[in-house]
Amino acid sequence: MKLLALVLVIFAAGPASLPDVEDEVMCVECGTVLNISTSPVADQERALIRRQIAQGRDKEEIKAALVEEYGPAVLAMPDEGGFGIAVYLVPALLALLAGGGLAMAARRWRRSGDDGPPAAGPELDPADRSRLDAELAAFDR
Amino acid sequence: MIVTLAALVGLLAYGVASKRTDTSIDEAVAAGQRIDAPEAELPVLGRPGASTLADYRGKVVVMNFWASWCKPCTEELPLLERTQKRIAPQAATVLGINYKDVSTDALSFVRRFGLTFPNLRDRDGRLAERYAARAFPETFVIDRKGRIAARRRGPVDQRWLDEVLPPLLAEPA
Repeated sequence: MKLLALVLVIFAAGPASLPDVEDEVMCVECGTVLNISTSPVADQERALIRRQIAQGRDKEEIKAALVEEYGPAVLAMPDEGGFGIAVYLVPALLALLAGGGLAMAARRWRRSGDDGPPAAGPELDPADRSRLDAELAAFDR
Repeated sequence: MIVTLAALVGLLAYGVASKRTDTSIDEAVAAGQRIDAPEAELPVLGRPGASTLADYRGKVVVMNFWASWCKPCTEELPLLERTQKRIAPQAATVLGINYKDVSTDALSFVRRFGLTFPNLRDRDGRLAERYAARAFPETFVIDRKGRIAARRRGPVDQRWLDEVLPPLLAEPA
């Protein structure tokens, strides 16, 4: 077990690969994830990552080097302030909406289950009843 | 439920509004008005320390946003260096703002062209954003009082510099 833990630690902290880092950082000029960016600044970022890999740096060290050069916006994480907060807020609001919708649907469904058989119509007066009986008897013939 | 929906719509509207490009500098320059140049304290390229546009108050500043990965930017660096040599004795300077760049890449261009003008690092583009800079290179000429007197979105040429600089250099501090 200890050996497995040691292997995992070595594996996690070992030299990174370009695809390993590319999908966790942004192209700072295009605003897209680096692994789908083709702009000159994206090429520069990739060249920096390759240099860092050649120096044997692990993923976290490479990310730190990218932040040193481009600032924290290079990490594929939204800003904690301003519009970036929407990334956290929108899922919470959507969950709230979905929860509210489910609660309302459940309440309606329960209420409709409590209603029992549909109520009978108004009582027929004797004249109507005898006419209805006569007509139904005529159908039977 | 309605409140949550309204909040989502409000958030969307805020997001769209906040992404709108600021045209106030272009409008002011086009109208012949001079507005205060936005400032930010930025690290100096190639040496420790930080600086801001305010450190150059009293000088005419040819502030140029450039990056080593931007070919038109590096192509105009020799012209900017010649301009620096010409205007430095007249209480003026070119000020390079190196935009979203790897410092060693930027410094290799500084050495290659023997640039003598100061350069600051706008590593996350926050100063460029305040100038609504998006078509690099971009150049803003700041008068001795720290106001934007001219701007060029795209490469500069000798003709434009000859047109813009002499009247500003002649103005008193």
